[in-house]
Amino acid sequence: MAERERRNSPPFGGVFIARTQVLDFNDVRRAVWRMANEVVEANQGIEDVVLIGLQTGGVPFADEMANALEKIDGVRPPTGTLDVAFHRDDIGLRPVLQSTVTAIPCDLTGKVVVLVDDVLFTGRTIRAALDAVHTYGRPRAVQLAVMIDRGHRELPIRPDYVGKNLPTRRDEAVNATLDGVEIGEVHKEGRW
Amino acid sequence: MKHLLAVADLTRDEVDHLLGLTDAFAEVGRRRVPKVPALQGRTVSWLFYEDSTRTRLSFEQAAKRLSADTLNFSVSSSSVSKGESLRDTVQTIEAMGVDAIVVRHTSSGVPAQVARWVDAAVVNAGDGWHEHPTQALLDCYTIRAHLGDLEGMRIAIVGDIAHSRVARSDVWAFSLLGAEVTLVAPPTLLPPNLDGWPVRVSHDLDAVLGDLDVVYLLRMQRERMTEALVPSLREYTARYGLTARRVDTMGDKSLVMHPGPMNRGVEIAADVAELPRSAVIDQVRNGVAVRMAVLFELLGSGPVVPPRSATTPGGPADRPLPVLTPSSPPAGPSADQ
Repeated sequence: MAERERRNSPPFGGVFIARTQVLDFNDVRRAVWRMANEVVEANQGIEDVVLIGLQTGGVPFADEMANALEKIDGVRPPTGTLDVAFHRDDIGLRPVLQSTVTAIPCDLTGKVVVLVDDVLFTGRTIRAALDAVHTYGRPRAVQLAVMIDRGHRELPIRPDYVGKNLPTRRDEAVNATLDGVEIGEVHKEGRW
Repeated sequence: MKHLLAVADLTRDEVDHLLGLTDAFAEVGRRRVPKVPALQGRTVSWLFYEDSTRTRLSFEQAAKRLSADTLNFSVSSSSVSKGESLRDTVQTIEAMGVDAIVVRHTSSGVPAQVARWVDAAVVNAGDGWHEHPTQALLDCYTIRAHLGDLEGMRIAIVGDIAHSRVARSDVWAFSLLGAEVTLVAPPTLLPPNLDGWPVRVSHDLDAVLGDLDVVYLLRMQRERMTEALVPSLREYTARYGLTARRVDTMGDKSLVMHPGPMNRGVEIAADVAELPRSAVIDQVRNGVAVRMAVLFELLGSGPVVPPRSATTPGGPADRPLPVLTPSSPPAGPSADQ
């Protein structure tokens, strides 16, 4: 789910109601597998590749991609997590989550950082993540892998690896987990 | 939370929330570039009517790591020395457009009074004998980082309780988090009335030392020795000072803490302060992260942006909602169809 919607969804109140399942468990696995192969292809191997899952939705996808890369290349790339809350231009839209952790496994200078997120929507989370990444070093390149690109960008940001392009209305919400991808709506608690 | 004036005003949830935020900011402090833009464009002003090294520098470092701008103010070089009143000074500072004022004053209650005068967020950085809430928060955070949850922990606060705002804040904070607090001091250094304090009292440090998880030493305020509250500093050290011999009687994992500045050789022996179990330097280090958490909590949530539905015509709130229940089956084609 895009961070913008997360403030209205559990545990902050509000309910996500799925209307349509777009991808199921196996589709998600296949999409991650394909993206992992694309990462290997684009970087001629995964030497220097560091995966960083964006809190909170991107973290399981980064883990899953690390698993896939391990199967493809035999080596598990360093995998970290990043909470970009302090770098957002809309701080206050979402409460800072206590459970989310930033853990960057190594100095990022000279590395190829692959940011992994579940849903790419306005691009503001990614802009914040680009800011945050540079406080950990100067990567040789930063790439972006997202499970779902749902459009409606507000910033000039483009993903390098996409699980699925999913045209949506602005007021819809997309819930992407390793169990599947659903499209629906977020309702404030008590409204449904 | 609008202001941070006293630990006694805080709830358990608020303290837990601030300590959780502190974790996030401690991580920021370990980065190669330990700075985040969270408070960009916000201004924090200091209003220190009393000397301070660590609190002031720590707040300054915290504000800078959050990218806030800071306005410095020191009483000696300001119009206060020409006789400007506190209220005029505060309103002058506020008129320049500050978002938060960090107040330290020799009189209890000044931060609360300042908070009534201004719209800016007010942080109490120590007022008289009343409270020093950020110190208490960083003490809780330090204990939690070393020993885990404070629930059921035995903590003794030793020394000049009567004149100590740190002790007052710590008593409330430690007991709010479930610790058992014992005050250890000669009767002359205890407040005259302890009704309502969630503490036990002892006059014998050696008797309680063996059971403690944390021994928290307060500074002997030499400037008050004119009041003859203890016969002499040497006698105080003999009965209440943490000497190397006393440290040996403490539990293996117990922690020694001190809010600083330390009087080495009075309340704490010179070499005790260097022991691995001494958390004094950690307290200072954590102070920055705690104060980042406090400033962020008071300023960082920013103007509350109305939900999209209120500003965007055609948003979800403007349309009648479809009748859906969580149990209703997906209406569209699912992937296995």
